[in-house]
Amino acid sequence: MLEYTEKIRETARKLLEEGKVDVFIGYKKGSVPMMNQPVLISNADQVDFLYWDSNCGLNLCNYLTGRTDRIGIVANGCNSRNIVTHITENQIKRDQLYIVGIPCKGMIDHRAVQRAVKQKEILEIKEQGDIFTVKGKDFEETFNIKDYLQRNCLVCTHRNPVISDEMIAPPVEEQIEVDAYKDVKEIEEMDPDKKWEFFTRAIDKCIRCYACRNACPLCYCPTCFVDESKPQWVGKSNDSIDTMTFHILRAYHCAGRCTDCGACERVCPVGIPIRQFTKKLNKDAQELFSWEAGLTLDQRPLLDVFRPDDYNDFIR
Amino acid sequence: MTKKIYTKKEWMEVLKGLADTYKIFVPVRDGDFHTFKALDETKIPDFDFKNTQLSPKSLVYPQSERMFEYTLDENAPDANIIKESKKDYSPQAIVGIRPCDAHAFQIVKPNFDNPEYQDPWWIQRYESTTFVGLGCNDPGSTCFCTSVGGGPFSEKGLDVLLYDLGDTFLAKALTDKGETFLEKAQGGKEADEKAINAGEGLAAGAADKIEVRVHTDKLKDKVQTELFDAPFWDDVAFACINCGICTYLCPTCWCFDIQDEMVGKQGDRIRNWDSCMFPLFTLHGSGHNPRSKKVQRVRQRFMHKLKYYVDKHNNGVQCSGCGRCVRNCPANIDIRQICELMNVEC
Repeated sequence: MLEYTEKIRETARKLLEEGKVDVFIGYKKGSVPMMNQPVLISNADQVDFLYWDSNCGLNLCNYLTGRTDRIGIVANGCNSRNIVTHITENQIKRDQLYIVGIPCKGMIDHRAVQRAVKQKEILEIKEQGDIFTVKGKDFEETFNIKDYLQRNCLVCTHRNPVISDEMIAPPVEEQIEVDAYKDVKEIEEMDPDKKWEFFTRAIDKCIRCYACRNACPLCYCPTCFVDESKPQWVGKSNDSIDTMTFHILRAYHCAGRCTDCGACERVCPVGIPIRQFTKKLNKDAQELFSWEAGLTLDQRPLLDVFRPDDYNDFIR
Repeated sequence: MTKKIYTKKEWMEVLKGLADTYKIFVPVRDGDFHTFKALDETKIPDFDFKNTQLSPKSLVYPQSERMFEYTLDENAPDANIIKESKKDYSPQAIVGIRPCDAHAFQIVKPNFDNPEYQDPWWIQRYESTTFVGLGCNDPGSTCFCTSVGGGPFSEKGLDVLLYDLGDTFLAKALTDKGETFLEKAQGGKEADEKAINAGEGLAAGAADKIEVRVHTDKLKDKVQTELFDAPFWDDVAFACINCGICTYLCPTCWCFDIQDEMVGKQGDRIRNWDSCMFPLFTLHGSGHNPRSKKVQRVRQRFMHKLKYYVDKHNNGVQCSGCGRCVRNCPANIDIRQICELMNVEC
């Protein structure tokens, strides 16, 4: 996807020069391999900072919350769905945004690449079409990007933006017949004790740094429930019950809203499979309500509507 | 001071033998990362690592520590009396700690142990700990210990320094505590000149491998308010998501929060690590928050490490150059670049 870089720069330059936007939000090449940095530019002479490759893992929708200016923003499939969610949840207005759509082929799972080179230090990564090469002090290895995608990207069925003002390239082919919930089904089949053990083990390394929450574009509450002190809902120590309360409650707050962008899992410094908390809810939303988050501006969020003609008996 | 040499196989046995004297913490491979764990039959020490994902600071300064306990049960004879909780200060040894992380304990020491204030729990656990360092033959690309007063074989804050000579470890005692440790470390033999020279050669070569140079020389002479009002903070802070990764992974971040937790009428007073990245960190009881904006919190982190600490202690920056925040910041906020921004001549 490296080839998108030049087009993103051109588009941003045009938008800023013509005064169609006040600022442009994209990514800049990071100072360490596989870690690009979100960047905001407000001047056409800064467009050369902009960069795009398969290491743009943070969700840019995060940076829109509460802004009042006119913003140009790059958005791939999942980021665009979060922008839709942001608009329907009144966190940003559609007419403030100029969305530059990115047909996405998926992001590289940096931890999987580290594993593939046996945790040796990667000093450089070069992307070329569908392959990438990593170099270290005494090694150089080339891989297919599709074999090292983030787990959420492997099962993504919305690679193309659902909303945009301009596309940077023709749409990419969507993945069909992916079994998006294979992992969830495995957990569903466990008995309650096993399930509890699965999730208890999953969080036993959690250090309560809240990177998962803060990387999540859905977590924009001015005061998160874990930060409430009057009354205090959750203890602040690393006691496992408080930690579990945080993870489970946060997941429920994302029910019907999560786009499985994978930012939470990507940023976790101790490797917790955080998507397992939200994915079951995504599956339920799809099975019970035929709902996928952020596909269109025409629908209210799943859990803030009541319809007398709802097709589910239990809700009538 | 004693200098001994152990084959690596022998060293593993030595550690097991020390279990009667010390609680031994060693780096253990756990999934994608290494982490310090207490040695027992189920743990295999792995000294072939760059550094642990989490710093060993929690072994002296736990993430959550029960300070006091009390009962509010009026029928209890000690109702409403706060009492210090029992703590374990039995001797422990951190074996394989990297020199940057040992140096970090020296950097935080003036905070917990100074003429004005002594933190009894930090001090007692620090004093019950023997720091057995492992020099870095092959420092990482994000390491910059040599820019901040350390080095891949720095002896600062260590009681013993280990040199990895391939099939053997050369162990050099540096303090009385270290002498005691090596005395109890049964086996090994006295190091010959060849081994000592090999160790010194390694150390000299390793320092040269650190190409990154971060400049801190002008920080001291800067005017605090000018740095505070510097024009770059908005750009620096933009990408930050205000999570606690940098502060919690940092071996030199020391801030904590004190909380009371009750179950029924039994209460505990606990201190937990806290992070200047969190809005709650500075939220006043009145509801006012002097650092309500992200840019203020990001600025605080770097001003504290690279300016306030420098001014207050006159002993360099509050950073040991371990590079954890550089490697793990999800938004790629790189302290090396920010330090350069702060250090440029006005």
